[in-house]
Amino acid sequence: MRYLLVEDNVALAKSVLDRLSLDGHVVDHAATLETAQDYLRKTDYDLILLDIMLPDGDARSLLKSYRMAGGKTPIITITARSEVSDRVGVLDLGADDYITKPFDFSELEARCRAVIRRQGGMANNIKRFGNTQFDPLAGTLTVSGQKVQLRNRELRLLEIFINATDQLFSKSKLVDRLFSYEDDVAENAIEVYVRRLRKQLEGSDLNIVTVRGMGYRLSVS
Amino acid sequence: MNDHVTATRSIRRRLIVRLLASAAILAVILFLVVQSFGRQLGQESQDNILAASVTSVLDAVTVQDGALNVDIPYSAFSMLGNISDDRVFYRIEQNQAYLTGYEDLPFAEGLTTESQPAFATEQYLGEDIRLVTASRKLSLNNQPVVVRATIAQTRNGQKQTLRQISQTVLFLGIGFFAIAMVLTFYAAQSTIGPLRRLAASVSRRGPQDLRPVESPVPSEMVPLVRSLNQFIGRLKKSLSQSEEFIAEAAHRVRTPLATVRMQAEVTLRRVERDENREALREMIRAIDESSRAAGQLLDHAMVTFRTDHLVVESFDFQVLVDELVTRLRPIAELKEIDLGWQMGKPALIKGDAILIQNAVRKLIDNAIKYSPTESSIKLTLSQGRSGISLQLIDQGIGFPEKDFELLTDRFVRGSNAQDTIGSGLGLTIADDVANAHGGSLELKNNTEGVGACVTFYLPLR
Repeated sequence: MRYLLVEDNVALAKSVLDRLSLDGHVVDHAATLETAQDYLRKTDYDLILLDIMLPDGDARSLLKSYRMAGGKTPIITITARSEVSDRVGVLDLGADDYITKPFDFSELEARCRAVIRRQGGMANNIKRFGNTQFDPLAGTLTVSGQKVQLRNRELRLLEIFINATDQLFSKSKLVDRLFSYEDDVAENAIEVYVRRLRKQLEGSDLNIVTVRGMGYRLSVS
Repeated sequence: MNDHVTATRSIRRRLIVRLLASAAILAVILFLVVQSFGRQLGQESQDNILAASVTSVLDAVTVQDGALNVDIPYSAFSMLGNISDDRVFYRIEQNQAYLTGYEDLPFAEGLTTESQPAFATEQYLGEDIRLVTASRKLSLNNQPVVVRATIAQTRNGQKQTLRQISQTVLFLGIGFFAIAMVLTFYAAQSTIGPLRRLAASVSRRGPQDLRPVESPVPSEMVPLVRSLNQFIGRLKKSLSQSEEFIAEAAHRVRTPLATVRMQAEVTLRRVERDENREALREMIRAIDESSRAAGQLLDHAMVTFRTDHLVVESFDFQVLVDELVTRLRPIAELKEIDLGWQMGKPALIKGDAILIQNAVRKLIDNAIKYSPTESSIKLTLSQGRSGISLQLIDQGIGFPEKDFELLTDRFVRGSNAQDTIGSGLGLTIADDVANAHGGSLELKNNTEGVGACVTFYLPLR
């Protein structure tokens, strides 16, 4: 998916970019309203992440003018201001959701997924591996014509593997990406979800391989 | 909020009462003046005729052959007869000795000079009479002799005329009063008009409408409207300053925290050693805790501020809950928690939607936070005759029995909640919001199975 991130805080922007790239998204970054407008004129995006306070103005004006001009791309605003008053702000102006700084990546991912799903996902997101089809938006796995609904953590785990097949993931890396820091989880909690996902993948051309003492990787046969 | 205003009698009523009282007094005065003027006029005309009559009688007294000769002229009585059918009496004396006429007819006292007749009103033969007495000096056998004549007439005619005049004047007075009444109501109405229009235009406004009053008003009301506008301006400024301050404070606190958190996460990705990783995770958790606490403190400040200035509007509680559920569902799904919620009938209530949304959000947040993974939270909205309640049932750790009373106090957390990040303000906020709307927050544990059952109740107004 192609995202546009409009955020002036460089450190924050960089880590969001890194993380979204890990999930297999292509992200353009704009640090000012002006750059953001340039990007929006040239490219169609699947999602826009918009910080409200920018050095060259209030991004709510961009939000408003983009919606007035008929822009349909879902927008999630990023704000550090108090939530209480934002209820009568960004959502009324046409934002699909908002997230408050500092946020957890899992929450950002979840919100991105939710607004894109609400918008109605595009068919070209479906990924095929031999006899297996994976629809990340609907969260379904089709193995030899049999459709399986994945649960949230199974889905996210599979996405991590699918975006980098044959790459080795340590248990701790998987914990970092699968759980929010609020959950105090032990690393072996990941084994539970790997076991479940393996069960869903039975009969598929996709295999989760255990690399003893190192972690897991996804192989396509 | 104190809606009580001490009301004295209405301006309109006061105005009407005073104007009508003035009109009534004027009408009575008019009646009395015209009546007494009529009486005076009647009496004067009778007196004039009586005087003319007595003069002509005295003129007709002559000395003939050494004796007084009184030959009363016909005209002396006919001119009296002109007035009406009143009866006429007379008495003539010579040197205070009875000469002719009605012997017991009284006479007017205080006759001073010869030229000026004296008048009096007396009772005679059971009737009111007006009488005139005049005298004339004559010389009889070289002796001065005084002839005194008294002529009296009953007053029936005059009384009748007076009655007619009184009646006419009474109608006149009543008519005057009636016209004054109509004018009074009209005047009161048109005086009160601008006040009424101002009151209506101010009370028609919605809670968010803090524009100054701009429609033209009479000059007497200008100071009032000016003060009102200044007051509206101060309220608007104070509201927006407080909200702006809270929003700005949140921004200042959260932005650096967000940067630190991101850096910690980026570092965590590069670090391999377990103890370093654990330290970084602790750091991130601490940042989350302080940012959440900052958020809750600011929310609490906002809630406290707004409960003093409740912005009451009518809205559908069900839609509000639905929006929140939609917004929080992704968070719940991260823990594989199923948020059970179904839309039913619209639930219109009156209250501060922003406060209520904040309170309900805190309750759903809490339920998600304290629920185990792969559980469910059920939200039910039920409408009674007196109010609407939202019930949240989760399968989490529930409330410790001994803490029920304390949990809505500030910074108090359940004794079983030590492992979860929290500030101890969420339930305080929800409780404050419910109380500010005359509702309540009820905390229970589920009777069947585990988990908490929270009921947020708002009365219908």
